[in-house]
Amino acid sequence: MTDERLKQVSTLRRIMIRPELGAISGAILVFVFFLMIAGDSGMFAPQGIQNWTVVSAQFAIIAVGACLLMIAGEFDLSVGSMIGFAGIVIAILSVQWGWPVWAAILVTFALTISLGAVNGFLVIKTGLPSFIVTLAFLYILRGLTIWLSILTTQKTVIGGVKKAAEGDWLAPIFGGKVFTGFFQWMADQGWIETFTRGTRAGQPVVEGVPMLIIWALGLIIFGQVLLTKTRFGNWIFAAGGDAQAARYVGVPVNRVKILMFMFTAFCATVFATAQVMEFGSAAADRGLLKEFEAIISVVIGGALLTGGYGSVVGAALGALIFGVVQQGLFFSGAESSLFRVFLGTILILAVILNTYIRRIITGER
Amino acid sequence: MTEPIIEMKNIEKHFGAVIALGGVSFDVCPGEVHCLLGDNGAGKSTFIKTMSGVHRPTSGTILFEGREMNFESPRDAMAAGIATVYQDLAMIPLMSVTRNFWMGNEPIRKIGPFRFFDFELANRVTMEEMAKMGINLREPSQAVGTLSGGERQTVAIARAVYFGAKVLILDEPTSALGVRQTSNVLATIDKVRKQGIAVVFITHNVRHALAVGDRFTVLNRGRTLGTARRGEITPEELQDMMAGGQELAQLESSLGGTV
Ligand SMILES: Nc1ncnc2c1ncn2[C@@H]1O[C@H](COP(=O)(O)OP(=O)(O)OP(=O)(O)O)[C@@H](O)[C@H]1O
Ligand SMILES: [Mg+2]
Repeated sequence: MTDERLKQVSTLRRIMIRPELGAISGAILVFVFFLMIAGDSGMFAPQGIQNWTVVSAQFAIIAVGACLLMIAGEFDLSVGSMIGFAGIVIAILSVQWGWPVWAAILVTFALTISLGAVNGFLVIKTGLPSFIVTLAFLYILRGLTIWLSILTTQKTVIGGVKKAAEGDWLAPIFGGKVFTGFFQWMADQGWIETFTRGTRAGQPVVEGVPMLIIWALGLIIFGQVLLTKTRFGNWIFAAGGDAQAARYVGVPVNRVKILMFMFTAFCATVFATAQVMEFGSAAADRGLLKEFEAIISVVIGGALLTGGYGSVVGAALGALIFGVVQQGLFFSGAESSLFRVFLGTILILAVILNTYIRRIITGER
Repeated sequence: MTEPIIEMKNIEKHFGAVIALGGVSFDVCPGEVHCLLGDNGAGKSTFIKTMSGVHRPTSGTILFEGREMNFESPRDAMAAGIATVYQDLAMIPLMSVTRNFWMGNEPIRKIGPFRFFDFELANRVTMEEMAKMGINLREPSQAVGTLSGGERQTVAIARAVYFGAKVLILDEPTSALGVRQTSNVLATIDKVRKQGIAVVFITHNVRHALAVGDRFTVLNRGRTLGTARRGEITPEELQDMMAGGQELAQLESSLGGTV
């Protein structure tokens, strides 16, 4: 009908105009910046790379959950408290109660995913904004975590998980490292440095790829495929885009939203479990502010705060930006408070660019 | 004319103390456009929502293809072949045309144990169906938000027709449209009728109704003021009925007969 008014869309424009453009530009900017100011500080040596990829992977794990939930039109502000809660529960079950670690992990997952479902049910049944409901859970879970920890151990930090996890089959899935043989081989070839002294002499400085990174990659791929390639993904967009319109054509909006709350809780627990296995301890104050960091990653990644629009790959890039900036300022020796200034600036720039792009794509006025 | 495909008898709907519908009877036949007219708050939307399973009538019967029906949800009504294009929420602007078109009915392609949204098929069918309605999309991944109001209504109508609607209910599809776009939507309605689908067309606008309607029913404060066939009624009579005659006649004279 309006053919004559359609401009020929150039291929370049087609490639450029995508929801992740803000995050891609931000990531490039951040890498160029740190290559310039911290290029010779070890940040881009094997150990340095491992350092910021692990931090970015942590952000990515919770960002994937937050991203799908936000596209489905909801928030979860209890992610940080959920991380603290999950960690303490694993430690209490395994160290205090003497359960095998695998059982402690599985029961904790069941518990937190149920709590995610409760979050979802409350939001759906009360019709209250998820902002309020999950804000309540932010306090409830944090309070419960500290109380439980003090009640059972008189402390807010519970150690001894590493010992309890020795020989466990499930613990290495979260705390282990893979491709260790390959890294040893690279060290033998002299491609990566080895320890020259101490008990680990001859071993590479980077032993392998932490499972945390495998989890992050797995979740990113899963989230991206689910969102863009499946029927359920269409329902996620529809639930967040316009729940009523979606219901009218038979999309089970409530089920979609509740499942996304459960998935967010799952991601938080993956984060918590990996952290507990790495540190060998749990602390009641872990995960503080993680909900906001997840949401910021998602928004840098191009998602719309009000739902219905966004990208998992974008959120993962947002997490990468977050991790690189946080660790990069450490490597460059800059004041750590500057991390926040820089991050805030990137957030604003990325969101301005995202908003502009989104208007072009969706025709919003 | 043939047998009515859907017949509503003495439908009442109360919302607490509000009597939104006080006994409305109405039917529509395949290949017919039955216009439902009435002023704001007359109960038109409420009435078609009882037809499409959103509301359960307080009393009255619904016969669909001669059998009594009790729709529990819009899903039931849709499964029976009753599709509705709502006044305000026909489409989700942030999503692509394809995603909107197939929302709730996504085609599946299996690869091993995995079930994927078959975008290849979905995109192709969407383009074809839109072309049949006279709209050539730039690309099926184009967001609905970039379409005009009339094009959006057309996507919604094309979707309903493609998914085998036997009854298509349109709640004020032309209310927000300009002249050109309105005529496009009216032309689409005409195409749909010619495929043998029963159309219920709600509008405030007598001229739009007369352009495509076979029969006209006027609602006023939850009751029918009667049904007329095409040719049995003049635009003026229809207009008067809609606004409760008297007052409008006075208004009209003061406005110089422009309403
Ligand atoms: N869910 C509801 N609860 C209470 N009252 C309602 C509800 N839905 C509709 N009503 C009332 O029923 C009456 C009819 O409303 P309805 O929306 O059917 O009118 P309409 O003819 O579609 O008007 P319009 O032309 O403005 O769309 C109104 O008085 C309205 O306030
Ligand atoms: Mg209405």
